[in-house]
Amino acid sequence: MSGPAPVVDAARLADDLDAPPRGRRRERGALWAWVVVIIAITYFIVPLISTLEFSLRAAVKDPVTGEFIRPSLQAYTLVFNDPKFIDALLYSFRMALVTIAVSLLLLVPTAFWVRLKLPRLRPVVELVTLMPFVIPPVILVFGLIRTYSGQPFAIISTPLGADAVLVGAYVVLSFPYMYRAVDTGLASIDLRSLTEAAQSMGAGWPRILWSVIFPNLRSALLSGAFLTLAIVIGEYTIANFLVGTKPFGPYLSLLGQNKAYEPAAVSLISFGITWAAMLMILIVGRGGGRGRAPVTGAR
Amino acid sequence: MTVKATTAGIPGASPASRRFSWNWLGVVPFFAFAIAFMFLPITFLVVGSFQSAGQWTLANYIGLGDAYIQTAYRNSIILSAITAIGGGILGFLIAAALVLGRLPRALTAGMLTFSGVASNFAGVPLALAFVFTIGNNGLLTKLLDEHLGINIVTQAGFSLYSILGLAIVYMYFQLPLMILIIVPAIEGLRKDWREAALNLGATPRQYWRSIALPILMPTILGTIILLFGNAFGAQATAFQLTGGTIPIAPVVIGTQIRGDVLRNPGLGYAMAMGMVVIMGISIGLYSLLQRRAERWLRS
Amino acid sequence: MAFLSLSGIRKEFGEHIAVHRFDLDVGEGEFVSFLGPSGCGKTTTLRMIAGFELPTSGVIRIADEDISRKPPNQRNVGMVFQSYALFPNMSVANNIAFGLKMRKESKGAIKTRVAELLELIHLPQAADKYPYELSGGMQQRVALARALAFRPRVLLLDEPLSALDAKIRLSLRQEIRAIQRQLGITTVYVTHDQEEALSLSDRIVVMSQGRMEQVGTPSEIYNTPATEFVARFVGTLNILPGVVVDAPSGRVKVAGQELRVGSPVTAMNGSQVHVALRPEAIAIASGDVDGNLLSGTVADVTFLGSIVRIRVRLGDGSGPVAFDTFNNPHAAPPAIGAAVTLAFPPEALLVLAESATPSHALVDADGLPAT
Repeated sequence: MSGPAPVVDAARLADDLDAPPRGRRRERGALWAWVVVIIAITYFIVPLISTLEFSLRAAVKDPVTGEFIRPSLQAYTLVFNDPKFIDALLYSFRMALVTIAVSLLLLVPTAFWVRLKLPRLRPVVELVTLMPFVIPPVILVFGLIRTYSGQPFAIISTPLGADAVLVGAYVVLSFPYMYRAVDTGLASIDLRSLTEAAQSMGAGWPRILWSVIFPNLRSALLSGAFLTLAIVIGEYTIANFLVGTKPFGPYLSLLGQNKAYEPAAVSLISFGITWAAMLMILIVGRGGGRGRAPVTGAR
Repeated sequence: MTVKATTAGIPGASPASRRFSWNWLGVVPFFAFAIAFMFLPITFLVVGSFQSAGQWTLANYIGLGDAYIQTAYRNSIILSAITAIGGGILGFLIAAALVLGRLPRALTAGMLTFSGVASNFAGVPLALAFVFTIGNNGLLTKLLDEHLGINIVTQAGFSLYSILGLAIVYMYFQLPLMILIIVPAIEGLRKDWREAALNLGATPRQYWRSIALPILMPTILGTIILLFGNAFGAQATAFQLTGGTIPIAPVVIGTQIRGDVLRNPGLGYAMAMGMVVIMGISIGLYSLLQRRAERWLRS
Repeated sequence: MAFLSLSGIRKEFGEHIAVHRFDLDVGEGEFVSFLGPSGCGKTTTLRMIAGFELPTSGVIRIADEDISRKPPNQRNVGMVFQSYALFPNMSVANNIAFGLKMRKESKGAIKTRVAELLELIHLPQAADKYPYELSGGMQQRVALARALAFRPRVLLLDEPLSALDAKIRLSLRQEIRAIQRQLGITTVYVTHDQEEALSLSDRIVVMSQGRMEQVGTPSEIYNTPATEFVARFVGTLNILPGVVVDAPSGRVKVAGQELRVGSPVTAMNGSQVHVALRPEAIAIASGDVDGNLLSGTVADVTFLGSIVRIRVRLGDGSGPVAFDTFNNPHAAPPAIGAAVTLAFPPEALLVLAESATPSHALVDADGLPAT
């Protein structure tokens, strides 16, 4: 692409769109809209189809005839039989669960406390939770390694230490989405009245959080959790530099460099996991908010 | 700024305790976490960028003038600019088609959900998917060759492993980001603005030129800038595709973490700081423009 | 000759009929209101005049020109929206000038005209302000100026005051009427607020469920409602069920008591009707009285200061009939449960024509279901 295209296109298209209004509400769609959307769908679907096609290219040797059959599910078979695949998936899954737990335990009480007791601090806290957008993962991991591999905090050398830093990084990465979900959820309930009512009945802070706040935030928290799950499982940069090829992302990367067809299968599996997580977000998110799919950025 | 020792309107506070209320303890865990896993690493990077062999120096920043590093930054800027502007315009078109094109509701909802998924598909799986599509052995490459006799590799000299190739891949997460941000903005265009404009004698095209596009412009520009930052920080996708053969800033920084190319960690830190500055400016401009847009749309 | 005329207008949205039939001739300079509850079709009809909806059948004419199929940007009518619809990216002056710019008037002419209008709405200092800096009332005045700037033939207002505070509503209402009179522009005003319609209009069209219930001056609508719907929606009439005893002599039986109606009855003998009774004409009967007498028991007495509001339930349980008497410190109002006889002249009693609106859709002035 050589330069910015003229912006006038939308105006010209608007002319076609706005024929004299007719009586019925939702009539046939405008032609230009269909063209645009079909091209877009093509762009988005073709890579997925290619991946699918590639994943079926592995040949299977027919035990009877001895011939090689394509297409086949051989790639998938190999993948599921590969212990490294299961290990990587489970490892990332475990990391995701720990991340979600830590993130919830950290952010829900904080958001609750700030709203209730320190409202003036809210913009500051919000700003801090948005900072991960300014720090790309590659920079973050760079800093983390620098901080925790030398004196005085040399913990990355141990596997547990490295895992801990990984979780820490992921929790930070989840800040924008988790905090936003929690904050929106809190905004929709009358926090002060609920808390005061609970207090007047003798509840202490932990009880209030557990029995009053968490249940009301259920759908917001689940949305945030699924999003974090999707992010952690797909993450590559931080995982790679901190713990090597144990997690799912680096595993896939290594696979992509070494094998031909298995990476396609794993890619599709990864895509499927993300889809499932997003669908869960939509289903769960229906309680509070528009249930729109949230956005994550580049990797 | 003078602090007035007044307690008007602050429940339960006396002048002395106002600044040292125990309430602040409640947010300590959050800030401690943010410091441990975000601010401290960044500080180490900042400090490290001003040090070389234990001495305070600006040599690292001067070293940013190195030709290789300059190329890396230049490539990053070009790549980010292309995908930001291209993604912005095309994303706007798609968003306009979805909101204004009178398409079936299911299609629009599906596209929006898919956008959420696609933006999370970034990184290794995305790079692989495009290798499977338009790489040397990709499905599309093969199809074009066999059925249309067009070999994009040998004839047109196209390579996926180039800035252009990266740009095509990056669109996969740039477009959804633009769509997801712009769709609510277009939906925010009130129907009665359009009716008022028509009533006053405007054609639909004039309405778009004089009212709709100007109202949307802060959001469009802001999101394009956001897209720029988004592409600038992306490491995983590029590294998977090019393996570091094409110098772009995040990839070079990535190799720095291993201490591969240059034996000077301070230089790496300086590069990282350069990136953070660019990202910070990008996010800052985006929120400024967003605030302006909200002010208008709220009236 | 009518300046604005709607003939045989009908509007269907698929299965749903929003407007069954609308016929109206508006004279030049006349102020006509469309009054009715939500969903009655008043806004749909207004939008058909503006061109945002096309009638399924029927003709709309302005000054004898058929504009029924013209696109909205060629009709030369000015519209004021409930939500002001000011363009947020333009200053007040540019908003007002927009219609003139679309008509490619010269810069000088535009400048003069904008200044004129800012004077008209008493906001000369707001020229460079932006809509988000203005209050609701000010925004609506700017919207009015914007609609008038290009000298439209007809002015349309779609519930312009509904989004404003009560106090502003009152003052802006009067301002709108004053400006309209001053400019002499033919105006159609849509509202669900009967007070607005009564105080502003030359004529009112009362609508319900897509049908015209009555067209008339405010006085006609209030004092002689044509149908039960109009009677319930506008004003404070008491409505009672009755049976026609003798149509030519105008005798009807209400709660077992025979009453005389002021005008001949068109319904047939023996038919069930609704009668309307104006509260201002009711008094407690004392001694021998000519005219109608209605007996009942006092259900409720409310002291409102200078006025005492009394509600009476009739023998067959119908009512309550409400009326006000002036507070008289020397004469106590009747006690609750006491028997009382009401007296009123025949002219205060009206037989209502059946409304096409089903009884479950009858609403009072506040839009609440009428009992």
